[in-house]
Amino acid sequence: MVSVPHGGKLVKKVLRGRRREAIIEAAKDMPTLYRPNEFLVDVVNIAHGVFSPLEGFMTSDDFNSVLYNMRLLNDLPWTIPIVLDITEEERRSIAEGDDIILATNDGLPIAIMNVEEIYTYDKDEYAEYVFKTRDISHPGVKKVYEMGNYLVGGEVHLINDVPNPYSRYTLYPEETRILFKERGWRTVVGFQTRNAPHLGHEYVQKTALTFVDGLFINPVIGRKKRGDFRDDVILKAYETLIKHYYPRNTVVMSIFRTEMRYAGPREAIFHAIARKNFGCTHFIVGRDHAGVGNFYGPYEAQEIFSEFPDLGITPLFFREFFYCKRCGGVANPKTCPHSDDVRITFSGTKIRKMLLSGEVPPPELMRPEVAETILSFDNPFVE
Amino acid sequence: MNGEEEKKKVERKHTTVSIPTSLFNRIKKLIEGTGFTSVSDYVTYVLREVVAMHEKEKFSEPFTSEDVERIKEKLRALGYLD
Repeated sequence: MVSVPHGGKLVKKVLRGRRREAIIEAAKDMPTLYRPNEFLVDVVNIAHGVFSPLEGFMTSDDFNSVLYNMRLLNDLPWTIPIVLDITEEERRSIAEGDDIILATNDGLPIAIMNVEEIYTYDKDEYAEYVFKTRDISHPGVKKVYEMGNYLVGGEVHLINDVPNPYSRYTLYPEETRILFKERGWRTVVGFQTRNAPHLGHEYVQKTALTFVDGLFINPVIGRKKRGDFRDDVILKAYETLIKHYYPRNTVVMSIFRTEMRYAGPREAIFHAIARKNFGCTHFIVGRDHAGVGNFYGPYEAQEIFSEFPDLGITPLFFREFFYCKRCGGVANPKTCPHSDDVRITFSGTKIRKMLLSGEVPPPELMRPEVAETILSFDNPFVE
Repeated sequence: MNGEEEKKKVERKHTTVSIPTSLFNRIKKLIEGTGFTSVSDYVTYVLREVVAMHEKEKFSEPFTSEDVERIKEKLRALGYLD
């Protein structure tokens, strides 16, 4: 059996049939909040159980518990607030107890939400507790200070999927869980990524895969920061890597549509919980997981796991690794006795620079097939 | 917000559970020099681990055979299953 969903039950809040049709009809006369697709994908995540046990946006009790204790009110580990913010103007158009519609900016109704609570919150504390800083040069903090002054909590039910350019690569937890079972996998390691793969990533994945039945590569697809790899580039690069360098039945790749929060340690726990819901029993946590700039220590995202003995997914920690010319392969300080002058580090910045100038990184850093795939795009990076 | 209100907001609700004094003393000695700052912290940590383990044992996938067939069909169409 793969992992137990967080909280013991996979949430499913997707309306179908007549009830869905009736709500779509009624939606025309209901108060509506319009939001960008990048935000609404988290409604889909709630409805399809990626964020189990959440059944909607957090009310103040859960929000405060998550902020200050890193646990939901029912004691389950949870580190990132999942909240719906509204402006003063929107606040005047809805009331507690209302059923409202969440729609795309184009007017497509995505979900019906019962407004259980409208509440205020402290943005300084949100930033300080979740991101450990109030510095607005941190992209997550900047976003918090741009949010509306009120939060709305309440259950959601999905009525339409958010337009998805990557539906071919999209699987929900009930699907991955059945897929893993069909493949005969009892242990599955999840790999979070927002990068095209270099040889270091492959080393980490294959090291982990040695000890489990299957590898679940689960790139985060959604709003990222400037200079990150574009989503389509990441997917194509991974397809190339899997095709040429992995046994066919040991790997599954599908996407995790959500935005990066860059909350470092807290986001590592959040990422692990989502992968647990997808069915993973293990989760790879590398150096500076979900970090940005120098806001977090290199291994803070690993250390935080010691606070959660009840997480229900086993973290696999990887520290420093490099290509060693003397060893003739990727190694780490525990496996390689050689000095720095024969070691090539996997610098993402260096690899990006080479690719930006149209240069193919050396095979010690990146598989040639993967580099070619990336370079086949006019601009592989987010502008 | 004053300091007292701040403290109240951050604190979790707690209740009391009795354990033998001898066990309390053993734990107190055990956690000396560790990251645990109190016997309560230690007991909470251990209980969370044990409770999660027992919750896991009680779980079974809730899918019906219709669910499984529908999903397998989608997985085949997407190339995830043969």
